[in-house]
Amino acid sequence: MYGGGNVFEATRFDDLQQEDPVKLAEFEARIARGEKIEPTDWMPQLYRKQLIRMIEQHAHSEIIGALPEGTWITRAPGFRRKLAQMAKVQDEVGHAQLLYSAAETLGKTREQMLTDLINGKSKYSNVFNYPAFTWADSNIISWLIDAGAIVNQMANAKGSYGPYCRALDRICAEEAFHLKYGHDAVVHMATGSPIQRKMIQEALNRWWPPIMTFFGPSDKMSTHTETLMRWKVKMASNDACRQQFLDMYVPKIWELGLSVPDPKLRKNEQGVWEYTEPDWDEFKRVINGDGPCNAERLAVRRTAEERGAWVRRALLSPKAEYVRPLA
Amino acid sequence: MQDLALKDLLYKIADDELILGHRNSEWTGIGPMLEEDIAFSSMAQDKLGHSLAFYTLLHELGEGDPDTVAFMRNADQYHNCQLVELPIGEYDFSLIRHFLFDNAELLRFEALSQSSHEEVAKIAAKLKGEIKYHVLHANTMVKQLGTATQDSISRLQQSLEYALPFALGIFEPSTYEQELLDAGIYVGEAALQAQWQERISAVLAKTSLKQPDWASLQPVYGGRYGQHTQHLQPLLDEMAEVFKIDPTAEW
Repeated sequence: MYGGGNVFEATRFDDLQQEDPVKLAEFEARIARGEKIEPTDWMPQLYRKQLIRMIEQHAHSEIIGALPEGTWITRAPGFRRKLAQMAKVQDEVGHAQLLYSAAETLGKTREQMLTDLINGKSKYSNVFNYPAFTWADSNIISWLIDAGAIVNQMANAKGSYGPYCRALDRICAEEAFHLKYGHDAVVHMATGSPIQRKMIQEALNRWWPPIMTFFGPSDKMSTHTETLMRWKVKMASNDACRQQFLDMYVPKIWELGLSVPDPKLRKNEQGVWEYTEPDWDEFKRVINGDGPCNAERLAVRRTAEERGAWVRRALLSPKAEYVRPLA
Repeated sequence: MQDLALKDLLYKIADDELILGHRNSEWTGIGPMLEEDIAFSSMAQDKLGHSLAFYTLLHELGEGDPDTVAFMRNADQYHNCQLVELPIGEYDFSLIRHFLFDNAELLRFEALSQSSHEEVAKIAAKLKGEIKYHVLHANTMVKQLGTATQDSISRLQQSLEYALPFALGIFEPSTYEQELLDAGIYVGEAALQAQWQERISAVLAKTSLKQPDWASLQPVYGGRYGQHTQHLQPLLDEMAEVFKIDPTAEW
């Protein structure tokens, strides 16, 4: 689940001047023709660097995103939800596996990426630095965060890097199920008992501000994305994704009798959604480590890495007898 | 009487599967590597599905509906063996538990697929195919980690020694053993245990792990009769935390 919120900071375009102009022109022509770039093809260093950064952040978002939702697997009410919540979170971890593999084709190992994650060097989707206080919060995540992720990922699936696009095609197919699951769970809450209705409205109130920042800062504030869009690394602007999301989901939220905690939210005569500008200072503060759950999320990840290190070491041992699976 | 005997058998299978499924799901997001995270989560889903199949059969036999039975009972009403309720601990313990339990479960389901009780036989025949994969996974990982490094071998060895007495509790004899045997519903725990020991020993023989001294092991019994460790009730409280906010609501 990834909204592309923080990918393209600190791009050094000066590096481009060191690239072979003939190869660069050929590379750009291929992308313009709609061809996919494959791992062994020539590519500018900047392209490689930005793709690693983007795919890695996406992968991290999947495993960190599994934490707030994973908490609710052991508490899911009833067999139906328990089974679905398990399957849903497992899918997210599976997405991380696919994405780390896609990023590895560009030359950075999974181990290096995970090390950068737990050292705080590489980022993940900012929304997961917020807590899932109740079961209803996990329903809102399954519905609306996954919905947002689909908007972003469907766009990125038309990008230029072959392995990432192919991973995204598979991921989007699964996310579509998550969306149905999340919607179904929210419908049950929103049309359920007074306690359930209160729970889901409160969860929506808590999650709305993070959801509004999910696609990243307003286009007015992001710089240097022109080249990345020409290279089909970045496929849609942050604001365009946000508009598309609002257009698709605000009516569905209202349909359920839930209210969105933003008095300024409305669609104007030009068909553009107006809303209270999200607090981008808070967004920056949280992304840089000072959110309600940053420390906890990374601590859980770090502990998992440390506790599991002996297993990975043992499996890499030349003495390990590899058993061919029969399946 | 045969009805009681059958229900007793079904409850212990369903409860084992539910509680171990729940425990395995706790690895989601924190496994030693993504592949194991996914494997444990996948097995957790299977186990939960198995428990649901047996609770559904119990419901058809007159017991409560599966959600109420699973989410509303207290620890002393559970018939699972104590092995499955122990906390997940480190990965070596969870792997060894999975190895010991699923090898037993496969034999149990193979036996039940021959049961004179048609419904039981049908469910067991269907589900044993899934458990076969759980056993493949467990045996593969035990063979790999049981031969790899000094660290991995000694971790597995310690967990094996800790878990074995609990694992023998899987085969705690039931009050209704003879009835089930006479009716051809089930081969009985003693027969199962003998086959299980052979299978466990055969896998261990391919590793650097020491063979257990089976004769000197003291089984941990009680689970089948509602006696549990201090770990089960908190697990059940957590499992039912949301459900109990409003047990009549549709979630």
